[in-house]
Amino acid sequence: MTTRHFFRILITLLAFTFSGHSFAQGTDPKPLFDQLADANFNEAEKLVGEIAATGDTRVVPALNAFAEGDLYFRKSDKAVFAAKSAGEQLELIDPVTGTSAGQVAKGAVTKIRVNNNLRRAIRAALGGLTLMSPDRGARLAAADAILRSPSAEALELVEAALAKETDSTVKARMEEARAVSLLSSDRSIDEKRAAIETIAGLGASGLGVLNSVAGSIDASLKPDLDAAITAIQNEQQLWNMAQNVWYGLSLGSVLLLAAIGLAITFGVMGIINMAHGEMVMLGAYSTFVVQQVIRENAPGLFDWSLAIALPVAFLVTGAVGLVIERGVIRFLYGRPLETLLATWGVSLILQQAIRTLFGPTNQEVGNPSWMSGSFPLGGMTITWNRMWIVVFSLSIFVGLLLLMKRSAFGLQMRAVTQNRRMASSMGIRTPWVDAFTFALGSGIAGIAGVALSQIDNVSPNLGQSYIIDSFMVVVFGGVGNLWGTLVGALSLGVLNKFLEPSVGAVLGKILVLVLIILFIQKRPRGLFALKGRAIEA
Amino acid sequence: MISAFIFRALKGHILATVAVILGAAVLVPASNLLLPADHALHIPTYVMSLMGKYLCYALLALALDLVWGYCGILSLGHGAFFALGGYAMGMYLMRQIGSRGVYGNPDLPDFMIFLNWKELPWFWYGFDMFPFAMLMVLFVPGLLAFVFGWFAFRSRVNGVYLSIITQAMTYALMLAFFRNDMGFGGNNGLTDYKEIVGFSVQAGGTRAVLFALSALMLALCLLIASAIVNSKFGKVLVGVRDAESRVRFLGFRVENIKLFTFVVSAMFAGIAGALFVPQVGIINPGEFAPANSIEVVVWTAVGGRGTLIGPIIGAVLVNAGKSYFTGAFPELWLFALGGLFIAVTLFLPKGIVGTIQSGFSGRKAMKAASSAEKGRGDVTPVAQAAE
Repeated sequence: MTTRHFFRILITLLAFTFSGHSFAQGTDPKPLFDQLADANFNEAEKLVGEIAATGDTRVVPALNAFAEGDLYFRKSDKAVFAAKSAGEQLELIDPVTGTSAGQVAKGAVTKIRVNNNLRRAIRAALGGLTLMSPDRGARLAAADAILRSPSAEALELVEAALAKETDSTVKARMEEARAVSLLSSDRSIDEKRAAIETIAGLGASGLGVLNSVAGSIDASLKPDLDAAITAIQNEQQLWNMAQNVWYGLSLGSVLLLAAIGLAITFGVMGIINMAHGEMVMLGAYSTFVVQQVIRENAPGLFDWSLAIALPVAFLVTGAVGLVIERGVIRFLYGRPLETLLATWGVSLILQQAIRTLFGPTNQEVGNPSWMSGSFPLGGMTITWNRMWIVVFSLSIFVGLLLLMKRSAFGLQMRAVTQNRRMASSMGIRTPWVDAFTFALGSGIAGIAGVALSQIDNVSPNLGQSYIIDSFMVVVFGGVGNLWGTLVGALSLGVLNKFLEPSVGAVLGKILVLVLIILFIQKRPRGLFALKGRAIEA
Repeated sequence: MISAFIFRALKGHILATVAVILGAAVLVPASNLLLPADHALHIPTYVMSLMGKYLCYALLALALDLVWGYCGILSLGHGAFFALGGYAMGMYLMRQIGSRGVYGNPDLPDFMIFLNWKELPWFWYGFDMFPFAMLMVLFVPGLLAFVFGWFAFRSRVNGVYLSIITQAMTYALMLAFFRNDMGFGGNNGLTDYKEIVGFSVQAGGTRAVLFALSALMLALCLLIASAIVNSKFGKVLVGVRDAESRVRFLGFRVENIKLFTFVVSAMFAGIAGALFVPQVGIINPGEFAPANSIEVVVWTAVGGRGTLIGPIIGAVLVNAGKSYFTGAFPELWLFALGGLFIAVTLFLPKGIVGTIQSGFSGRKAMKAASSAEKGRGDVTPVAQAAE
């Protein structure tokens, strides 16, 4: 019902917009209208078809009025007008030109009666008229409207429009509209079979059509119909699967963002940094501050705010990390459990400091325009901010990998991890390598905070919600291995999203935790375990 | 042999601590009940309940010390055992409400009626009986510790990995207990208790008895822990802490040693939770929060791990500080707690008691060294405070 209604409103609107154009077929629809005065229902139905066949889109408002029962003929000369009430009187409107023909008393005109059959014919005629509209958008919309609410009446109109159509997109859409309408018509079995095949390509919207005709369709077509329905359902399942995988990757990339800094401090250096989550939080607050400054001083730069926040967050959290390493952690090397406690203390202090400075409530961090909205991809919808976060986390991963494997600093870092004394003998300043490695890990966490500020609440507790997940990712993936972190994060994300529909979000998370705990029993060093002497250190 | 086992527990400083605790068990309730309210030495009921809470925390810290200080297992999930014990007690107290709840249903606790449940879930059966509930206080945390430890210790998960998965364990339990359909009251937890074994939980007398019981259980557990660590088994335990591989190569089954200690410790924590709940009047999933468990670690670290007395002192000191700070300067408490974490690990790695003890033994060692130089008396081996 509502779609029909919508259909009619849509057509009317479009018709009003383009009623100026005459789609001249030569025939003047005006005499056809006038014949309506004497016609019975059957004749009227034929007349409506003829009016539509003129292809003159100016008649659309009058046909609409007819369907609404607002078409009258003047008793004096049997001229037909659309009418709308103007106080006590009726204002007459010429059915073709749409100009006013003066006001008359209600007694001077007679309403032209309309029944349901006639209404259906009028609607079909209207659909056909817009199908031939000179405007490409209007034609596309009309074809869409038929797709949404197919009827056998529309079939001939669609076919007529198809014959004239030149635009390939509109043509394809009309083909689909034709197939949909054809199913409920009395065409031959073979044509219907072809139509079913066309509809099977439509996906979810085709499923509704197929299901609606399933009861009434010819028995010989039943196998084709069932096959088409199964095909669509299978395809939908595939898309659902793809959507789940995408959600999983998206969650996984968030986990990757949160964990990748930890993969350096914990994985490479062996420091249990419980303040890691707070580094993420500091990164998010840096974004907030940058945006505040931009809002106040240069609103035009807002779309660039994240790009500006990235280096700021990196420097801020990197500096905090450097201070923590020099001030606390360097005294605790070789005592991992104590490091854990001390950094937990640091995390409490950082949290409270932020709470004192900014207050305990959530801060408003805006999305730049290029991160809002979404786009469709096949049968699923992808939001831009998720998309960018996946891209972003992967590029951070690649960047970090290059830094570790290709740069001098990365070489020193690995040397110190593998054999501290030997590295020291080679002239590497191991304390500074330690300090800067830790600062790097913290800085990466800060950058992650910039991204996470886009999808999570920026509050002093932001970091707390990531810390356990991050450790799980690093431990699951295998300590000391960036690839392990990548695989760990993505597989945990996907696993989580696949468990979610069947058991619910919370239970899914619990199950994942239990699975990780069990997994660690099996492989205490994670998926990608380091081999050799280093593990005994 | 058993008497020898018990006798070894009775070291001088342990005895002194037990005496202090038992003294408190008698004197605090006495001063609360017998002295008039305006007497200078009268202890108000709320202070007594607060102190009772500290004693429960002290027992929890003692439990952690047993596994961390003597066995080297840093559990970041001891709050889970505490909370499970608390939930067992809470379930008993809920069943005691009977038909006095808001909905007046004698069979179902209020929250179940609220969730439109028709009958009692099977895991609530038996909790209307006090002895059964008390058994569960020991059994449930013990079982969880057994299962968890069985898997973890057999596959030799240790060090920080163990810490992290214990944390994951308590986190998972927290998420689970927050769910309404778990049947434990969701995020509201269990509260609004009426009476315990026939006595009103609000009454001053009941509270005095609960306080005395907390002190008694603390003293008892301290003696048990002392007996364990001073036995031959305790020596092996310290061996596991300091050189696990060596103990294994000597033929000991390290995983069984760890498992036993872990289970005993979890039961202590369960007892602490069970005593905690009637004194504060509520148990909710927040008790499972990983942060709580880490806080227990800092109590233990402040007092001195591997000393048995240290965690008791640490728990009482830190919590008294917390009560004071959160009342006087609520903004500063987290700064203070965080600073405490850092300061203790950096400057006081042995904790208060450990530092004092090593001061003593250091002096003793010096004395011994000087006497050995003079050629009389034998050299006492220096007690190395193991890292």
